[in-house]
Order: sequence, then structure tokens, then C-alpha cells
Amino acid sequence: MAIAAEKSQPPLHGESLAPALYRVHSIRRETHDSFTLDVRPQNALNTPAFAPGQFNMVYAYGCGEVPISISGDPADHRRFVHTIRAVGAATTALCGLKKNGTLGVRGPFGSHWPVDESAGSDVVVVAGGIGLAPLRPALYRLLAERQRYGRIVLLYGVRTPGDILFPRELKQWRAQFDLEVHVTVDRATSDWQGRVGVVTTLIRKATFDPNNTVAMVCGPEVMMRFTLLELLSRGVPADGVFLSMERNMKCGVGLCGHCQYGPTFICKDGPVYPYTRIASTFATREI
Amino acid sequence: METLERILAEHPFLHGLARPHLELIVGCATNVRFNPGQFLFHEGEEADRFYVIRHGKVRVELFTPGRGPITIQTVDDGDILGWSWLLAPYQWHFDAQAVELTRAIALDGECLRTKCERDHDLGYEMLKRFAQIMQQRMDATRLQLLDLYGNSR
Repeated sequence: MAIAAEKSQPPLHGESLAPALYRVHSIRRETHDSFTLDVRPQNALNTPAFAPGQFNMVYAYGCGEVPISISGDPADHRRFVHTIRAVGAATTALCGLKKNGTLGVRGPFGSHWPVDESAGSDVVVVAGGIGLAPLRPALYRLLAERQRYGRIVLLYGVRTPGDILFPRELKQWRAQFDLEVHVTVDRATSDWQGRVGVVTTLIRKATFDPNNTVAMVCGPEVMMRFTLLELLSRGVPADGVFLSMERNMKCGVGLCGHCQYGPTFICKDGPVYPYTRIASTFATREI
Repeated sequence: METLERILAEHPFLHGLARPHLELIVGCATNVRFNPGQFLFHEGEEADRFYVIRHGKVRVELFTPGRGPITIQTVDDGDILGWSWLLAPYQWHFDAQAVELTRAIALDGECLRTKCERDHDLGYEMLKRFAQIMQQRMDATRLQLLDLYGNSR
């Protein structure tokens, strides 16, 4: 199969290190700790183009800057959409912004999901927790050109029913006849009518042709390790599996070295990698 | 019985089983059906069977005082439910309740144990296949225990 994760044109360093001013157009609560921000440039009509899987460095003024995946539609150039989980000072400050609040944005950065290269193949999208956010742009692109692909399967696992991201869209997607959607939760009370169990258990049941499948996986690293094992045991070739890695990204352009991952920098060479490129480091401790 | 034999022969759990062994297993099988809300078994009851789920969904749950029933896992089309029939003291450790209309094949535990004792090749085949199910469930349970998605209420 040998599909390479696409690399985007790197922005010029002078521009890429200075954040552009953005304003919050709207903010929507997704779960008890996650919010989706629609942000628009203050001094431009359109945002820079981005590809599914890329991220921005988002700056909460006076607080700090964090890498956040873009979760919106790549065809929409009026806004950046970021789904943010409040886990630290900067993300909590971003989630606390109100309409018209200001923030800084640098980007987009990094490699992206091989959406175009997957044409003609079945596509299996496996997301865990907030890992659905960087995969949503890929789903928008896949569904926008549905006829180019074989089967499209979305497998999504979260902790509890209350942690499900984008529930309205998931319901819409599930209602489509050309998209297979399975959602599972790790724990639930008896009022939940859906599946309970880890997301890896869904791989055995999903309908796809392993020999002609591209898998896009994003979630906690342990979840991705076990997902990889299941995909390989179903017969998906190693070079058909793509993973989105996460480390402590700071500069976003491969200068500072904070996100070094083996011989690569995640901000520049990732975050989306073909598994074959990181196979020797993927399960290695302390990398 | 022809239909049961065909269904069981095509099921991945029994795939590759020698025909005489398959026939022994089919001799312990019956079709069953559960309406939504109906219990397949309760914690503490005698574990006298296991199920091959054909269609539907079943939740495996544990009742906890003060919190009510907590769903540990759901099983659905094609899954195997229950291994307590295989190990003494042959008692269910959890409750199992149909979430939706569920059709299954029930395999009589005592009938199977007797045949496995008489034919150790059959017994070994069954143990190997159930060990694989147990391994998958244990892996899944360990991942659940890790609380991978964390930082949640």
C-alpha cells in the first residue's frame, strides 16, 4: 500500500512564530470539560488553509500557548474550529473565553491524514476520547467526496456516555447508509442502551476489507497500541495504519526540540505518521 | 437440528472443529429468544449454559448497593456469552439482561461437561477456544481499568 502521510508546506518562520489575532465567534460546550471554539481572524477575511489532522498553536493571552488540533471543516475558510479539553492553565483559560474574546493563533502546522491517498480503499477511522476532534476534518473530507472511497467505518470509544463528543453529528452520520458508525463506552449505568466495552473490541466486528484498508487512529497512546494490534491481526497491512502522536509541542516548527520523537519532531514531521515510520519507537518507553 | 449445526459450524468460535465434535456440541444446543429487559441469568444462579448470540444485544451487569446496576460490558451479534458453566462451582458471577430482542443458541453446560469428560480431545478444544475468549475479555477489562480517557467526572 505504502501511502505516506502528506507533509504540508511549512510556513515561513517569521510568520509562524508570531501569533495572529483571532476573536471567538462562538463557543459550545461539548462535555463537562470540553468546549468547541469557532474563532475568526481579526485582520483577515479568511483563515490559512489547513488539511485534516493539522494543528494550530493557540495562545491564551497572559496564560500560555498550547497545540490544539483543528476540528472543523477544511472546506470552510472563514473560521478555525478547535475542540479543547480543559486540563491545564492555558486550556482552562481558552475554555473560559466568551464571545468576542481574543486569542492568538499560529499555524496550521504538521502533517495530515492521507485522505486523498486513501481513494479507492476502505477507510477505518478509530477514535478514542477527544481523539475524535482531529479526525473530524478527515471525516468531513471523506464524506464530501464519498464516491471516491470504499467502505467508511468510524469506531469511537469514550469513557462514559456523557463524554461523547459531537453527538448530533454522530447521530447524523449513523443515519447515513454509506457510513458505518459504532460508539462504545468504557462504563455506563443501565439507562445506556448502547455498547459497553473498549474501542478495540469493535475492530473485530467492523465491516471492511483488511487488504484494501487505510486506518486512521487517534487517541491515548495505549489505546492506539492495542488498536494497532487488532488492526494487524485483522490483516490490515502495517503501511495502511496511520497514527496521530502527541508530545509537548512548543515552537510548532521543529526548532525548539521539545517534541522530539526518536529521529523526528512531532510538530514538523507529525503529528500524523504512517505506523511504519515510527514502528521502532512506537512502543519504546521514555521516547 | 440441521440449521443449528450449520449455524454453529459457520461460527468463528467453532470454526475448524472436527465434525464428530461439532455433532456432539450440536446435541447440547437449543434456540432461545429473549425480549428486551428479560434476564438471561442472575448472579449466584447455577451456570448451566453458555450462549452464542445470533442477533441482539445483552448487557452484563453487576448490582452495586447505592448505585444500582452497573454495566460491565455488552455483547451482541456473534459474541459468546458465559464461561462459568465450564469452571466449578458453576455459578454466574454477574447478571445478564437483554437490551433488545435477542436470539441466541444456548449450549447446555452439564451436557457439554459430560461429553468433554468422556472425550478429552473435545474438552481440550473447548478449553482452547474459551481461553481465547477469556484472554480477549481480560485484555479489554485491563484497558477499561486503565481509565484511558481520564480526567472525567
